Amino acid sequence: MLAVGGLPVGLGHYLTVAAILLVLGVFGIFLNRKNVIIILMSIELILLSVNLNLVAFSAALGDLVGQVFAMFVLTVAAAEAAIGLAVVVVYFRNRGSIQVEDVNLMKG
Amino acid sequence: MIATIAFYVFAVVLLVAAAMVVSSRNPVHSVLFLILAFFNAAGLFLIAGAEFLAMILMIVYVGAVAVLFLFVVMMLDVNFAELRSGFQRYLPIGATIGAVLFIELVLVVGGWSIGPLSEGARFAPTPANVHNTAALGRLIYTDYVFLFQAAGLVLLVAMIGAIVLTLRERKSSRHQIIRLQNSRTVAETLEMVPVSLGANINTLGIYRPKVTEPEEVLADESDSEALLGHHGGGSGGAGAHHAPEVR
Repeated sequence: MLAVGGLPVGLGHYLTVAAILLVLGVFGIFLNRKNVIIILMSIELILLSVNLNLVAFSAALGDLVGQVFAMFVLTVAAAEAAIGLAVVVVYFRNRGSIQVEDVNLMKG
Repeated sequence: MIATIAFYVFAVVLLVAAAMVVSSRNPVHSVLFLILAFFNAAGLFLIAGAEFLAMILMIVYVGAVAVLFLFVVMMLDVNFAELRSGFQRYLPIGATIGAVLFIELVLVVGGWSIGPLSEGARFAPTPANVHNTAALGRLIYTDYVFLFQAAGLVLLVAMIGAIVLTLRERKSSRHQIIRLQNSRTVAETLEMVPVSLGANINTLGIYRPKVTEPEEVLADESDSEALLGHHGGGSGGAGAHHAPEVR
């Protein structure tokens, strides 16, 4: 691997941590299929792993654009969390439940 | 050396916290473990030299998003124990898919290396002798200013969307309808009453306008459009109420 940048540990270490984090996020989506709030948190974990990868590559390659992109990912993740939680609140207000299996209004 | 030890500590705590997020019994604990995970991810960012992003992660995630999650979890009166009923059932398929995904990622990362030409293909090489925040600011406000504005637009739309989604108009609220107030005329607010000479308040009585709204309220309480019209009538009535007293 390229030995540039200010990473005190290898790039592979960062990639491994991010990979495990992503797998944990996907695992969480499958594990908590009924609880939409935990699903949203799992999506946050997945986006965090993406950010970790972007920052690690940015540091390893000495290219700042990775950090700029990570900032935009962070922005979109924050917007997604806000909208998702608003939808959850509205759904709970209308139906009195947030079970994912109950969300079938648009099913034919 | 210190940085390596710190990396391992942050990474282990991050992964343990992430595992607790997805497997915790109580959603409030999940949110708190999510905050812990974000703190440790910020530590990893710091080790990688991305100080600005680490601070942003603290402020945006720990300060805003996690607290938002906490609010929603505590606000919704949901039986979370019931939501966990399928936990054992989904465990095998989740573990299988996670394992497959992890093996794929290991294969990708293991059989891959950065090419020799990538050093010259950088968009914005990290400048020397400049802080991370300053370098990032120089980049964002020059080359990526349109993307930066677009990110601001995304946040604006998200804010408006969240407000529009959750805004609830209460039927009982007494608010101002400026359209109806502006369209009032003198004829419907002011009434001339002939007062005989020497009459006082005891002989005339206190003049009050005819109030007919309460029946309307009972009649069409369900119809919001009619309710809107009623409110206008109510404010007009209040105005007519005041006019004779002033006189």
